[in-house]
Amino acid sequence: MADVILKKIYVKVWRQSSPSDKGRFETYEVENVSQGSSFLEMMDILNEKLVGEGKEPIAFDHDCREGICGMCSLYINGRPHGPDTEITTCQLHMRKFSEGETITVEPWRAGAFPVIKDLIVDRDAFEKILQSGGFVSVNTGGVPDGNAIPVSYEDAEEAMDAAACIGCGACVSACKNSSAMLFVSAKVSHLAKLPQGRVEAKKRARNMVAKMDELGFGGCTNTGACEVECPKAISISNIARLNREYLLAKISE
Amino acid sequence: MSNFITASIGKKFMMSVTGLFLMMFVLVHLSLNLMLIFDDSGDLFNMAAHFMATNPAIRIMEPVLALGFIVHIIWSLIITLQNMKARPVKFAKRDQKNASSWASRNMLILGSLILVFLVVHIMNFFWKMKVSGDPLLTHVHVMQGGTEVAMENAYALVASLFKGSMCYGVLYILGSVLLGLHMTHGFWSAFQTIGFNNTVWRKRLERIATCFAVIVAVGYSIIPLYFMLKF
Ligand code: HEM
Ligand code: SF4
Ligand code: FES
Repeated sequence: MADVILKKIYVKVWRQSSPSDKGRFETYEVENVSQGSSFLEMMDILNEKLVGEGKEPIAFDHDCREGICGMCSLYINGRPHGPDTEITTCQLHMRKFSEGETITVEPWRAGAFPVIKDLIVDRDAFEKILQSGGFVSVNTGGVPDGNAIPVSYEDAEEAMDAAACIGCGACVSACKNSSAMLFVSAKVSHLAKLPQGRVEAKKRARNMVAKMDELGFGGCTNTGACEVECPKAISISNIARLNREYLLAKISE
Repeated sequence: MSNFITASIGKKFMMSVTGLFLMMFVLVHLSLNLMLIFDDSGDLFNMAAHFMATNPAIRIMEPVLALGFIVHIIWSLIITLQNMKARPVKFAKRDQKNASSWASRNMLILGSLILVFLVVHIMNFFWKMKVSGDPLLTHVHVMQGGTEVAMENAYALVASLFKGSMCYGVLYILGSVLLGLHMTHGFWSAFQTIGFNNTVWRKRLERIATCFAVIVAVGYSIIPLYFMLKF
């Protein structure tokens, strides 16, 4: 099948030179974009054009470009990771857009994710939440035999599903409350489902929720927007589990 | 239990518990009110109202119910305002219609409209029955277990309101629908908040929520409709 070429599209991008800059939208024309190219390749083409014109290229986050690292972000046409489901922005293709369209590109918007430059936001808040409890403490020494601790198939599957979270932050931007509940629930769940994680489960739930609140993320209204927009389809059943873990941890405090 | 009350999940827990309690009230209230349409003499409803007004267990629940409403309302304001503050700079373009239901995104708007209705509703009935009194409420005698019991004619108060004014009828139907919409999301969300949910129960709870919402919206609407159409 012959490749369809978009002769001209318009990209309306948020430009902000520094965290303190007020920022504004700017609209650029991009010509002759193959629908087979990825969204970020289109952004690369646009940036080369800007550099050629002696202008500052648009800053945006990306790394693996294959949907596994969680680095890419972007709020495209009103949706995190753009108009497709269960993909990251780097997996978004230009066939989702049409000739002459104006594509609006914004950074994640949340008080806890301040803009650093253009489309890049500071997601250090997620790091801080993880540091507050998203781990299993182990003493150094011999590695125990993996099969020594039995784990049921169902538990292993649920833990793996939760562990698929790549920490991209789409859930926060999809949420009307900028809540980090889906992220935190995934991180709490993948450990809560495994025997190694149970040891510190209560402390983990308490500390990670306290950290998430402290960093200024909103609360959960259970709208479910996060799971729809999550590139890894993390289910909000994990949020129910987090609620359960947290309430039980608090009762036994 | 330190800082449970101020934690996001703690505050949400209060919403859920009060919400579940209010939903139980909504069901009890509905089942009693339906007596209005099953006996045009009014005796059935008057007996039910008399029972509710004199039974000690119900008397105790009255202030608890008031407290439930107050906590639910105050907490809803705190939660919603804090949630709004979590995003100081808004998105310029937002497309949420496929990701979440309208009701779930607008619980405070629905709740506030329900509150407006609640105030009118209390002034219509509760206030007149408990505080100011009303000439329509003069005592009637109903045979109850072989003896004649004197009680307020609550039926006359309700019937005259709906027979007398289309506006009130429409307002009450509107109130019922708003409450039903609040329930489409609120019902299953309350279970999710207390941790009673998983992938299997999610589908069940959502289905029960839809049924519950329809029962509430239609059930309460039938009463004004009955009086508007029949009389
Ligand atoms: C009889 C009347 C009412 C019932 C049965 C009811 C029930 C519920 C339930 C079950 C929930 C879900 C709780 C959860 O997600 O855990 C809820 C949420 C909510 N209610 Fe009500 N409610 C009523 C009246 C009100 C009123 C009068 C207001 C406000 C003025 C209100 C505002 C809210 C808000 C804002 C939420 C969502 C809170 C959030 O962001 O998570 N409700 N309600
Ligand atoms: S839960 Fe999903 S949307 Fe949220 S950070 Fe993890 S992968 Fe991204
Ligand atoms: S760049 Fe790694 S997930 Fe998109």
